[in-house]
Amino acid sequence: MTALIRPAIAALQDESIYILREVLAGFERPALLFSGGKDSAVLLRLAEKAYWPGRIPFPVVHVDTGHNFPEVLEFRDKRIAELDVELVVASVQELIDTGQITERPGHSRNRLQTAALRDVIQRHRFDALLGGARRDEEKARAKERVFSVRDEFGGWDPRAQRPELWDLYNPHVPSGGHMRVFPLSNWTERDIWAFIAADGIDLPSIYYAHEREVFERDGALFALTPWTQPKGSEQVRVEQVRYRTVGDATCTGAVRSRARTVDDVLTELASTRITERGATRVDDQASEAAMEDRKREGYF
Amino acid sequence: MTDLLRVATAGSVDDGKSTLIGRLLHDSHNIHLDQLAAISQASRRRGLRDTDLALLTDGLRAEREQGITIDVAYRYFATPTRNIVLADTPGHVQYTRNMVTGASLADVAVVLIDAELGVVEQTRRHIAIAALLGVQHLTLAVNKMDKVRFQEKIFTDIVEQVRMLGDGLDAPEVVAIPVSALHGDNVVRRSTEMPWYQGQTLLEHLESVRITPPIELAARLPIQLVIRGDGYRGYAGRLLAGELSVGAEVTVLPAGVRSTIIGIDTADGALDVARPGQSISVRLGDHVDVARGDVLVARQGGESPMVTAHLSAQVCVVGDRALRVGANVKVRAGTQEVRAVLTDIAARMDLGSLRPESASELCTNDLGQVSVRLAQPIVADKYRACRHTGSFLLLDSDSGGTIAAGMVTEYCQN
Repeated sequence: MTALIRPAIAALQDESIYILREVLAGFERPALLFSGGKDSAVLLRLAEKAYWPGRIPFPVVHVDTGHNFPEVLEFRDKRIAELDVELVVASVQELIDTGQITERPGHSRNRLQTAALRDVIQRHRFDALLGGARRDEEKARAKERVFSVRDEFGGWDPRAQRPELWDLYNPHVPSGGHMRVFPLSNWTERDIWAFIAADGIDLPSIYYAHEREVFERDGALFALTPWTQPKGSEQVRVEQVRYRTVGDATCTGAVRSRARTVDDVLTELASTRITERGATRVDDQASEAAMEDRKREGYF
Repeated sequence: MTDLLRVATAGSVDDGKSTLIGRLLHDSHNIHLDQLAAISQASRRRGLRDTDLALLTDGLRAEREQGITIDVAYRYFATPTRNIVLADTPGHVQYTRNMVTGASLADVAVVLIDAELGVVEQTRRHIAIAALLGVQHLTLAVNKMDKVRFQEKIFTDIVEQVRMLGDGLDAPEVVAIPVSALHGDNVVRRSTEMPWYQGQTLLEHLESVRITPPIELAARLPIQLVIRGDGYRGYAGRLLAGELSVGAEVTVLPAGVRSTIIGIDTADGALDVARPGQSISVRLGDHVDVARGDVLVARQGGESPMVTAHLSAQVCVVGDRALRVGANVKVRAGTQEVRAVLTDIAARMDLGSLRPESASELCTNDLGQVSVRLAQPIVADKYRACRHTGSFLLLDSDSGGTIAAGMVTEYCQN
């Protein structure tokens, strides 16, 4: 497969593997955050490569809002079985059921994920969490470090980030805090897809064009699910769609697309003029600083 | 072949750096429609008549409120021939550490100069930092040429001043380009207002500038991990210089034990030869003791690194704590981390005059020359010979926080 990977993508892979190995060497209880989305699928594959021929020696954590696409859960379970790694599910529904957090009617569970994440970090005493966030996704993320120090509340303080120079990553965390590590920091959406194509990485089927019952709200296409139902004049139609990002079903929209294969997706991306989050993520569009504010509270 | 170019940009207050980056991304079709819609809307809210392209890069609330860049932001864009990573760094003296961070891996530094103001104190500092961090190419973007009626004389005078400055600073080769970020002249689109300028546009320059590999060095593989599995024992790391092939004789430093490479593995298949930058796992022909922190060095192929417990280095204080003689610290260099003590502060660079002066301590954003004594010897290069193995961090020995970034200038052989 190596021959198919372009030099710029191979260089990104080498950098990510270097970072993944630094995490294993520098922390006692790391874990990898896995959403079932394409970025975490790539991250999981890179972790497999980084420690090969050994197994991935730490658990995979899924922060589960309870609003899942079944294709994504199926994909998660398949990968976990293939890699023979431990899966830890941080369930938002469980925290709601046991009264530890309260759901606000009419609001997405996006912010509740932060509570579930903090809870699972404390219970398992994780000292490093690997995530698939990329700097090109969003302008607050463009300021993020590869090794990002979090206080005991999981909060991000953008004014007091630890300087990060050369490729020297400092793994020391203040007591009670932990590290968030982003090995895909320097990848763009196109790089991710080029790698998926070259490396033959499997993804949940909803990333490719399929027919689905959808309705339009705030300029985005939402799937008809038990949690997302049309209101008022919103009409349900069957459309050819695919997802560019995968998250909680209540705030992730689909895009109209005919891209049924990875090559079709690469062609589609070459001509698109809309960013992935702009097209599909209602959670980012609340304000100019929506992401910065959520990250301060401990979001991924 | 598509390759990767790392660029750091620096400028002073109001010289239009964020506008220039916005213009570069916009005119090279690397801005998406929804991003453009978001900044047009934000511009209107601020009562501006035109879309302010600067809003694209200033990502933090505080930056937008103050209209300045505080922290490094990374932007990615692709041209048909290159992937470019742009580290947008702040110009203010109180954020010098962030500029140092952005320049640490850069191949090219783009320093902005306001054509109306000419060379200012910050310009001198930005050039000095780029030279200090070993950035290969210095590009001057003389901006706001529209404000000086596109006069050639103003441009050539500025370039001449910078050349005189650079002579005293060991600065890299300088390429100067007259631009107007606001209108797009010579950023991506060739200007029709400056027929006297025959050179490249900024984008053409970034697409074609040649990056020369570092001088010939023997292969260096700092070991990150020992990987085991089903009878397998491999030493994993990222090759930092030189080429390493199967059959190569190596020395394990700092111990000095010798062995032979019998296999180079990656999850994508075995390699005969590994090149700089590749993450690999090697098997050795002998049962030697190798652990994280050791460096495998090829016995042929060029100069070897030094094993030393005394370093002289240029440092930039990037943390909030001052550095004083006698301070107990840790040195983190590559995959090595050892206890150390600061034995001397030889000089502090005055960021105004750029001249060394004596100092008893180095504070946040200070640049200086120091000596460090280590509890155990480490493997090191001079920064000028190899950025990766010649750089290190000074960490607080209690909290582990990063205090300073260091570049080895001299070492004593042990």
